[in-house]
Amino acid sequence: MKNRRQFLKEAATGAVLVSSSGKLGMAALLSESRPAGKSKVVIAHDATLHGEGAQPDEQKVLNLLDRAITAYTGHAKPVEAWKSIVPMDKVIGLKVNGLGSKGIATHLALTMAVAERLQQAGVKPGNILVFDQNAMFLAACGMIVNHDPSRVRCYPTDAAGFEDEESQWGAARIRITRIVTRECATIINLPILKDHQMAGVTFALKNMYGVVDKPFTLHGDHCNPAVADLNCIPAIREKVQLTIGDAISSVYDGGPGFHPERLWYPNALIVGEDRVALDTVAWDMLEHKRAEEGLPTFEAAGRAPRYIATAADAAHQLGTNDPQRIHRVEI
Amino acid sequence: MRFRRIHGLLIFALAAAAPALWLAGCKAAHRDPFPGTGDMNGWIKTDDTRVFAAQDLWQYIDGDSEQYVQAGVVSTSTSDYKYADQIEAAVDVHTMKDASGAQRIMESGRGPEAQSVSLGDAGFAYAQSIVFRKGHTLVRIVAYQSTPETPRALLALAHAVEARL
Repeated sequence: MKNRRQFLKEAATGAVLVSSSGKLGMAALLSESRPAGKSKVVIAHDATLHGEGAQPDEQKVLNLLDRAITAYTGHAKPVEAWKSIVPMDKVIGLKVNGLGSKGIATHLALTMAVAERLQQAGVKPGNILVFDQNAMFLAACGMIVNHDPSRVRCYPTDAAGFEDEESQWGAARIRITRIVTRECATIINLPILKDHQMAGVTFALKNMYGVVDKPFTLHGDHCNPAVADLNCIPAIREKVQLTIGDAISSVYDGGPGFHPERLWYPNALIVGEDRVALDTVAWDMLEHKRAEEGLPTFEAAGRAPRYIATAADAAHQLGTNDPQRIHRVEI
Repeated sequence: MRFRRIHGLLIFALAAAAPALWLAGCKAAHRDPFPGTGDMNGWIKTDDTRVFAAQDLWQYIDGDSEQYVQAGVVSTSTSDYKYADQIEAAVDVHTMKDASGAQRIMESGRGPEAQSVSLGDAGFAYAQSIVFRKGHTLVRIVAYQSTPETPRALLALAHAVEARL
C-alpha cells in the first residue's frame, strides 16, 4: 500500500501509470443526488484542517476533498466519483488562483489532492494541466512550471499564448488563452474565496479573469457585467463545469491582495457546477464574516457583487442566484 | 572691491560643485531601497527585485492596481525576504507622483487595530504587516507567517528599508 507521499513522488516522476478508460464528460455528471430543478452546492468543513498561521494538513485536505466530492456526486467511493466526472483521455485543466500572493492563493495541498484523485481515476499525469495567469501567480500557489508530459504539467497562460482573434460577448472583448481554447477538454475551477475591492466578491465566476490577456480591461463598474459576459464566451461557458472552491483560508476585507490582518480560516471546500449558485453562497459566507467583524455589508461599502445577478439574468443564464433554487449542503 | 572678489569666488565655487551635487542628488534619488543579504541581522533577500511600471502593475496586483494608479503610482518594486528560516516576507516599494498619493493609499488601508509606528513621515503596523510612507514613497511589508518574532523582525526590516529611502 503506497502512502500519499510516495504516490505524489511517483506521480511527479510519471511512474504512476493508470489505465485510460475514456469515460463520461462532465456533461453527464452529477444529477442523481440533488432535488429536481435545484443547483447543488456542497460546503465541506473540517475545523481541524488549518490552524492559525500553519499550512493545512495534506492528508486532511485530501480527506475533505473526498467527503466533498462523494457528497456532491452521491458516489460512495471518491475514485468512482471522479470516474463519473472526468473524461479519461482528454486534457483536464486546473485553474488555480495565485493573484493574492502566497498568503492567499489556491492551496497546493488542494491542487495536489485533485491531481492525485484524477490520476487514480485514470487520467494520465501529463493530461492534467495546472495553470494561472503568470509564473509568479503559479509560484504563489506552490507550483513549479513544468512542460514534461510524463508528469502533471504546469504553465501560465502568458507562456501558452492567446488566440490571435478577440472573443466578444457583451462588454467582454478579450483574447483567451490557448490553454482554454485548444489544450483542455474540460476545466476544473479551483478559485479561492476572497473579498475584492472592485467586484465585491471573487470566487467561481471571477476566477476566469485569469484566462484572458488583459483582465484589467474588465474591471469597470465593479466588474459588472464583465464577469458575467466573460463567462458566457463559449469556450469558458462550456469547458468550465466543476468548481472546487478553496475556502481553506480567505480574506474577508481588503482583497484581492493578501492582508493578514483580514485573514480568516473557514476550513472548507465549496463544490458545485452552477457557478452563479457557488458565488451566491460565497457572497453569503463573506457577508456573514464581515458582519461578525463589524464591517459594513458589501452594499453599504458600495461594492455589492451585482455581476452575480447579471450572470443569472435571462441574457446570461449561467445559473441561479435564487437561494430557494440552491440546494445548499453543509457537511 | 573685496566683497566683489569674495562674491565672484563663491559663484565660481558653486558652479564648479554643481555637477557633483547634481550627481549626488541623482544617486540618492535612484538608490536601491531594498537591503541586501547581510545588511540586516537575520534577514536574507531571497530573489531579484522586480519592477512594474504603472501601466504594468496589474501583472503584479491585478484587482488592486487601479487604486494605486488613481493615486498616481509611477512604479512599484518588490522583493522577497526570509528571516531565520522562519518568516517569509514581501517588501513592496511604491513610488508615487507625490506625497499625497502615498498618504491616500496608506490611509485607505488603515484599520482600527493598526498601531502607529515611528517610520518615515508616518506609519502603522499590524502583527504581520507594516505600512509607512516617506515623501512620495509608500512601503508595505507583509509577512506570511505569524510567530512571536514576526512583529520585531518586520520592524527591523522596515527600518532597514527606510534608511535607504
